[in-house]
Amino acid sequence: MIEVVGLTKDYGTRRALDGLNFTVKKGEIVGFLGPNGAGKTTTMRVLAGYLPPTSGTVTVDGKDLIKDSLSIRQITGYLPETVPLYSDMTIRGYLLYMGNLRHLKHVDELVDQAIERVQLTDRSDGYIGNLSKGMRQRVGFAQAILHDPDVLLLDEPTIGLDPAQIHEICNLIKEFGKHKTILFSTHILSEVQQLCDRVLIINKGRILVEDTPEQLQLRLSGGRNVIVRVNGKITPTLAAFKKIKGISTVTPLGENSAQLTVQPDFEARPEIARVVVKEGLDLIELRGADLSLEQIFIQLTAEDESSPNPNLTSAE
Amino acid sequence: MRNIWTISKRELGHYLAGPIGYLAAFALMLILGLIFFTNIQVAFLYTTAPSPQFIIAPIGFLLIFLVPAITMGSIADEYKTGTLETIMTAPVRDWELIVGKWLGGVFFFLGLLVLTWIFPLILNQFVTPGIDQGLLVSGYLGVFLLMAAFVAIGVFTSSLLNNSIAAYFLTFAILLALWMISAPSQIATTAGNSILNYLDFSEHFYPTFLSGVITLKDIVFYISSAALMLFLGTASLEARRWK
Repeated sequence: MIEVVGLTKDYGTRRALDGLNFTVKKGEIVGFLGPNGAGKTTTMRVLAGYLPPTSGTVTVDGKDLIKDSLSIRQITGYLPETVPLYSDMTIRGYLLYMGNLRHLKHVDELVDQAIERVQLTDRSDGYIGNLSKGMRQRVGFAQAILHDPDVLLLDEPTIGLDPAQIHEICNLIKEFGKHKTILFSTHILSEVQQLCDRVLIINKGRILVEDTPEQLQLRLSGGRNVIVRVNGKITPTLAAFKKIKGISTVTPLGENSAQLTVQPDFEARPEIARVVVKEGLDLIELRGADLSLEQIFIQLTAEDESSPNPNLTSAE
Repeated sequence: MRNIWTISKRELGHYLAGPIGYLAAFALMLILGLIFFTNIQVAFLYTTAPSPQFIIAPIGFLLIFLVPAITMGSIADEYKTGTLETIMTAPVRDWELIVGKWLGGVFFFLGLLVLTWIFPLILNQFVTPGIDQGLLVSGYLGVFLLMAAFVAIGVFTSSLLNNSIAAYFLTFAILLALWMISAPSQIATTAGNSILNYLDFSEHFYPTFLSGVITLKDIVFYISSAALMLFLGTASLEARRWK
């Protein structure tokens, strides 16, 4: 659906995007991660047709982003990072305005539907200037989905929201993403785990990694981590843990717990429990401790800072 | 075409939603009222028949102050609040946005001009057999064309800047300069001075429209000035994308 090849964007002498390559398939929800200033918003703006690329090509639905800009904009919904709205308009008035600019048929019904979807029906005749941040975000979202776009670009849709509102927006994205292509950028990695089919991590204008959230975790931690805690000294047992099939490393964590790294495709937990009991200890805790996306993210971007040529780019 | 209409309606609504539109109307009516009152007194004192010109002539000059106040935010504010990004990523052509913004301003001032008709209407009651209708029509046509060109200049200026106060001053300076640019030609008639004379907006208004003469040359002058400004405004909007 979206194909980006060699996308480069310069702001004056500063290179914001440095030869981005990625594709988003039809019906996929792709999370766009990266530290601030990595080029997420610039990429979004290029895809939305706001900024023309310096070089490289972008095709959406088989059409060239520059040549067919208007028809691509017609099928794209976009929520900018700052959620710009007219504070002197009512919610309904604003959505009608945007709907009319898109030449929507039955615009009144579509506006009602969009308002209902973001649960603002009781506020629909209130002025946007009086809305809270979370409500503004929902109005912005309503604007983006008003015309039932095939492609939805959401630039940090959950920023500045409280946990309940984040949950709400995530549900909206999930529901909408069943049939649509969605690219959304975020800092909140639990959202990515929850929503995305695939993750793109970007840093300094380049794609660092492109993979599914699960694969990313497995690949980077070299397997799954398991934490064992017992009610006694764990040190004598460590050697026994090491002998268990599939366990590659054993790291003690204090007096009575240890972290074991299990190779992918092995289930070592029952055997771990047996070893503990055999050694005459009581098992207090046995839990998975996968590298969180946060850790992966920090690890990756830190590696990128130190090495000029990142070689982590996925083979996909 | 439909987008232009949609944008101009929203623009007009925006002027009427805030205080600036009403303040502009108030200022115009207040000053015209003072001028009207003075002239009526003069007419009674010297028992001369007042002409509608004394109402129409100051409108042209007052527009120099009022137009920038209305147009200053048309693009600059949209850029500042970020709404420009929403419009420019909607399926709207850049020129449609500029023309829509311009048309919204033109509609607003058209309303204002209609308001000022109250003065000629009152005047008509005082004078038998009524005021010169030809002067009234040609004068208002001139003011309308002048205003349309002024608003186009204002929209263009606003598209250049990100700050509406800066846009006010730049528009004001340009309009005032264009209003008195013929000053050197009053001293000597050289080739350069006659070009300045041609560029002077008041020179296409005072001697012709205001005096009851409608010439194609002046109509073309105002319309082509407006068209040029809208073209430049579109170019400047496109240039923003490349920044």
